[in-house]
Amino acid sequence: MTNVVEVSQLTKVYATGKAGPPLRAVDNIDFTVREGEVFGFLGPNGAGKTTTIRILTGLSRPTSGQARVLGFDLGRDVTRIKKRIGVVPEMSNLYDELSAFDNLVFTMQLYGVPRRERATRAEELLDRFRLSEKRDAPFAKLSRGMKRALTIAAALAHRPPLVFLDEPTTGLDVMSARNLRRMIAALRDEGVTVFLTTHYLEEAERLCDRIAIIVKGRIVALDTVDGLKAATQGRTAVEVTLADANDCIETRRIEGDDVATLVKTALAQANGRQVLAVNTLRPTLEDVFVKLTGLSSDVMLAEKGGKGSS
Amino acid sequence: MLADDVRGLFYIALKDLRAYYFKPPNLSWGILFPFAFILAFAIRNPGDVRGLVPGLLALTILFGTSSMEAIVIVFERRVGSLERLLLAPVRLPALLAGKMMGGMVFGLTVTLAVLFIALIGFGVEGVNWLLLALALLLSAAAFAALGAFVSVAVREVFEAQTLANFIRFPMMFLGGVFVPVSSLPVWLQAVARLLPLTYSVEALRAALSGEALAAAALDLTVLAAFTIVLFALAVRVMAHRMD
Repeated sequence: MTNVVEVSQLTKVYATGKAGPPLRAVDNIDFTVREGEVFGFLGPNGAGKTTTIRILTGLSRPTSGQARVLGFDLGRDVTRIKKRIGVVPEMSNLYDELSAFDNLVFTMQLYGVPRRERATRAEELLDRFRLSEKRDAPFAKLSRGMKRALTIAAALAHRPPLVFLDEPTTGLDVMSARNLRRMIAALRDEGVTVFLTTHYLEEAERLCDRIAIIVKGRIVALDTVDGLKAATQGRTAVEVTLADANDCIETRRIEGDDVATLVKTALAQANGRQVLAVNTLRPTLEDVFVKLTGLSSDVMLAEKGGKGSS
Repeated sequence: MLADDVRGLFYIALKDLRAYYFKPPNLSWGILFPFAFILAFAIRNPGDVRGLVPGLLALTILFGTSSMEAIVIVFERRVGSLERLLLAPVRLPALLAGKMMGGMVFGLTVTLAVLFIALIGFGVEGVNWLLLALALLLSAAAFAALGAFVSVAVREVFEAQTLANFIRFPMMFLGGVFVPVSSLPVWLQAVARLLPLTYSVEALRAALSGEALAAAALDLTVLAAFTIVLFALAVRVMAHRMD
């Protein structure tokens, strides 16, 4: 399997002036993204997710380190890279004044899609993202979810083999977020490599083949979801809910490795009380995240001022 | 890569013209604004109204090219859409040149409308057309580069307007639009020599009075130099800002 992104010792330092020491937004990170996978970049706000994307897409220059994207060196061939990638920034940033259709066509003009293909491709994308009815509506008049969808459509207009999605579902209502996640899954099925940043743990767990967890500019873990869970051993738990003769209810939680042993231990604690419920709890990505980062998972949502989108 | 740049430049200009420039309020403002100034001046000082035509044209190009352009780049940066262009396979100089081209096309369009009206009024005899075309083109390029520089030097839309006016209004009064530069005090003449509008008015005056190309060669050269220097500065500032 080939790597479409190879990052080595990438560092980005911002001067903060008199305010304090230089900020190491991205601190000596290494990772690779494999062809055809959905690669998740997970971390709280300010962890360095967007900075990494900005470097890999040519918007910002690294302070040091190397990166290759689709086989091209970022330092030397940035225009070639730009031509072959699609980028969906955190903000839906198409032109308010242009219609949905014209926005797509303009994007294709910039990326050199042949004239004869533009209109057909634009209609096809509008149809796929359920925006055909809004074909002639100015971007400004679209709902937030539609704007997001059209921004993603525009990023796909020139059929890039690699797409960067920065927080694609942030701020969307439940239905729109769900639709978008479906679209992202569909991209993978088409063989498009997706580089996705998110602060929604559940979204990352559902969509990503592999996940890098980044905190304060450093990658603290990188593995498949199962691999990450396996790495945090001893997190399988059993919860048993007990009621005594006076209907006094107590829930106990026991953590261990083996579910069968845990259930036996839990039941042994009943001591004649009635067992109302036994639940086995597998480690979630949230557990992994909390363990690896030492941060509460609430940090992710609190900082965005948003609510989970699942 | 060059093909990408040329294509990008063209479509960026086209998109800006469609999205921002060719709207009725802009068109009418672009034409009326210089007339209003000239009319006010002509009423106060009736006499050689024909002598005001080069200044009128120069003002029209100045405001036509730079007004919207200076705002467009700052505006797009504020709303985030400029990032789309920065992500596209178009290098920074081509991107900025596309923005300038939008301003130039609009500025030249309104100027041609004003020129048409002026020529109807004053006749077309003795006009050096080649010099006129070069003077219009190079003036538009210099003012568009000025607009680009203003827009990358500031962060907010209102700052762009303030800075643009801070540069344009002194030019308007010192650049020979209303009073010949030669009638200014010597030290103000020195200041006038630093302003692109001065050279634009001179070149246009030479063209409309049918002088030879050589007579305005220095003016045209200075306008070209302003274009190159301001454009290079704009590219530099913007590249620096990107980090």
